[in-house]
Amino acid sequence: MSDNKKWFSLNLNSAKKESSGSCSCGKTSGGCGSHAKSQISDEEFDNAVDTAIGDERKRDGFDQVFDVQMDRRTAFRKLTASLLIGAGAVSTSCSITTGEESKEKAQIDWEEQFKGNYKLMTNDEKKGTVDRLVRSYQLRTGKTISMTSENAEEDVLFGYAFNISKCQGYMDCVSACVEENNQDRNSQMQYIRIHEMKDGEGFKFDEADDNYYHEVPAEGHFYMGTQCFHCDNPPCVEVCPVQATWREDDGLVVIDYDWCVGCRYCMAACPYDGRRFNWSTPEVPEKEINKNQHYLGNRMRKKGVMEKCTFCVQRSRKGQNPACVDACPTGARIFGNLLDPNSTIRWVLENKKVFRLKEDLGTEPKFWYFMD
Amino acid sequence: MRRFKVLKGLIIDSLDTITQGSKKYHIWMGFLTLVMLIGMYCYSIQIEHGLSVTGMSDRVSWGLYISNFTFLVGVAAAAVMLVMPTYVLKDIDFKQAVLIGEGLAVAALIMCLAFVVADMGGPSVLWHMIPGIGVFNFPNSMLTWDVIVLNGYLFINISIPFYILFRRYQGKVPNPKIYVPGAILSVFWAVGIHLVTAFLYQGLQARPFWNNALLGPRFLASAFAAGPALIILVLAIIRGFTEFKIEDKTIKKISMIVTVAAQINLIMLVSELFKEFYAPTHHSESAYYLFFGLHGKTALLPWIWTAIPLNVLATIMLTFGKLRNNLKVLYFCCFILFVAIWIEKGFGLIVPGFIPGPYGKIVEYMPTGIEIGVTIGIWALGAFIFTILAKTAIKIETGKLRFKAK
Repeated sequence: MSDNKKWFSLNLNSAKKESSGSCSCGKTSGGCGSHAKSQISDEEFDNAVDTAIGDERKRDGFDQVFDVQMDRRTAFRKLTASLLIGAGAVSTSCSITTGEESKEKAQIDWEEQFKGNYKLMTNDEKKGTVDRLVRSYQLRTGKTISMTSENAEEDVLFGYAFNISKCQGYMDCVSACVEENNQDRNSQMQYIRIHEMKDGEGFKFDEADDNYYHEVPAEGHFYMGTQCFHCDNPPCVEVCPVQATWREDDGLVVIDYDWCVGCRYCMAACPYDGRRFNWSTPEVPEKEINKNQHYLGNRMRKKGVMEKCTFCVQRSRKGQNPACVDACPTGARIFGNLLDPNSTIRWVLENKKVFRLKEDLGTEPKFWYFMD
Repeated sequence: MRRFKVLKGLIIDSLDTITQGSKKYHIWMGFLTLVMLIGMYCYSIQIEHGLSVTGMSDRVSWGLYISNFTFLVGVAAAAVMLVMPTYVLKDIDFKQAVLIGEGLAVAALIMCLAFVVADMGGPSVLWHMIPGIGVFNFPNSMLTWDVIVLNGYLFINISIPFYILFRRYQGKVPNPKIYVPGAILSVFWAVGIHLVTAFLYQGLQARPFWNNALLGPRFLASAFAAGPALIILVLAIIRGFTEFKIEDKTIKKISMIVTVAAQINLIMLVSELFKEFYAPTHHSESAYYLFFGLHGKTALLPWIWTAIPLNVLATIMLTFGKLRNNLKVLYFCCFILFVAIWIEKGFGLIVPGFIPGPYGKIVEYMPTGIEIGVTIGIWALGAFIFTILAKTAIKIETGKLRFKAK
């Protein structure tokens, strides 16, 4: 964790200048023009949504559970099924002759519920919880995953650079990220947001569209991606009441999903919209699950916990690039070790005019933007 | 040994007291129980499906629960405005009101804790926050400070009235040397709980709407207006339904506190509005959204434009002694002031902090039926606890409930 500054200091000897955009805009009105370029009209879109989800969206959770059309037969079937499940649960928990497997399952669940914070675990304990999680997954689904718990390597500090001139808004990085990191498909959770901005107006995030559905690159626009910036002085880490999130020695800001209590204070503290919350149980179709996992990275999450970009810790600690970097067709994304003088990222920082977002907040992001 | 006997007697007697009463009392308690059950049912749905049944989203990640939490911390803190003059300055007028005030603080604190738990994504792992067993990120996280001060305040506000009532129950006079230091401590502590809760928001550089030095002081001013206003209303109800004597003098003194606090609160509001709208910057967008709407998104306008006129009207009416001393007008003023501050310090403070988002995205927030159900359930829980506490306290104070040595 070294000697992180907890205060803001002016970076007086630096020649870097932050571009306007985040803070100097005094304009407070005007349309955001987000749908101006949309391929289908709003009306068509609404109709399509209506046919797709119909009255589902008018009903809130209560109605969705209770206001379900059901004939007597299905009702009976459901009642019987739930009775059987209940009876089964009672018999397994009380019986002394239950199968080895369910006993093992219960044992794992118990140990997982009362394990400690990953940050404070020894290497053996880390391995223990990883083994339990792998075994638990095997018992539940019959499939084997590989999960690791590599620690940060020495003399590694990860950094990222984004070439604004190159990005064309294809969003391949977004889909690669979703697939790599097993994000919830239901709520369409995405770590990366690509902001479409108008040429000639500078970085006007408030007028940019980060949720477009049209052909790119759209004429007269440029694109800029944001995600977790893995700040060196991360406000989200400071505010967590249980230290469920922290900065690793290689600079990655990570979360122990099993230690998080879901208060969402970190979400309020993040100035970069870098954090996501599992509002319901995340769902990923079994065949789409990425089985190469890391405890701090893309392993399956549960409902009610935070998650975020980890620079694909399961890949980066094995010396690979994050999925977004590999997926980018234009080469706009550059990732590497900031402590290695021969790395591409160092070349970019030394030879390009780089800047970071909201530098005035003193968060020291390890994510730089530059232009050709 | 005798102490245990007395304690046993007190517990049995107070159980008797709270289970017996007039028909109106039973209807009231039955109604509260029903509402609590509905709230629990809504909460069970939330437990099963996750927080997705609420109106919150990744863009607006705190809503109705945290709004009510923030407001109720203020109500709890306000009990001190009655404690200080009674115990420290020996002002006899307040003595009748102080036990009620402390009971209100206890109920408000329990509601606060309930709202925080309701807002958690993983209530089953809340033990992670218990110092010793879990990891307590103290002093870095303001949330841990809040946990400490809220629970400490709860302890103080339970123990002082308990000591006083325990002595009275035996027909003895409470020893001021024992409870006055506690009372003085609670005075400072009350300011502490509200400032710390304000710092929770004030310390976030990511949210310019909250990151302003006036937030803490304004929390205090609005709390000392809304809390005593609620106490006046409660005293009025108790006066009407029980034989507990509360003199007009007492209520009028409390109304002075409400008036001064409401005036200071209004001055601070003007200062805030001036800063946001005289030379608006990028950081004023949340205020623009709250008061005028932004890019056609106007969900909060009805709320804030209800709150501001009510607030101004109540403050002006309270300022004139003639109106304030008319009890009917006073009750009306207290009621509208309470509603106004509930909106302003709850919804009007928490939600605009998230809108627009860090990159200017505007996604609006509306609580769902389930969220409202849980919220009303927790309010019913507070009313339930307060009724129990007040009923026992009144019976002991009026001398009807005494320990009978057998």
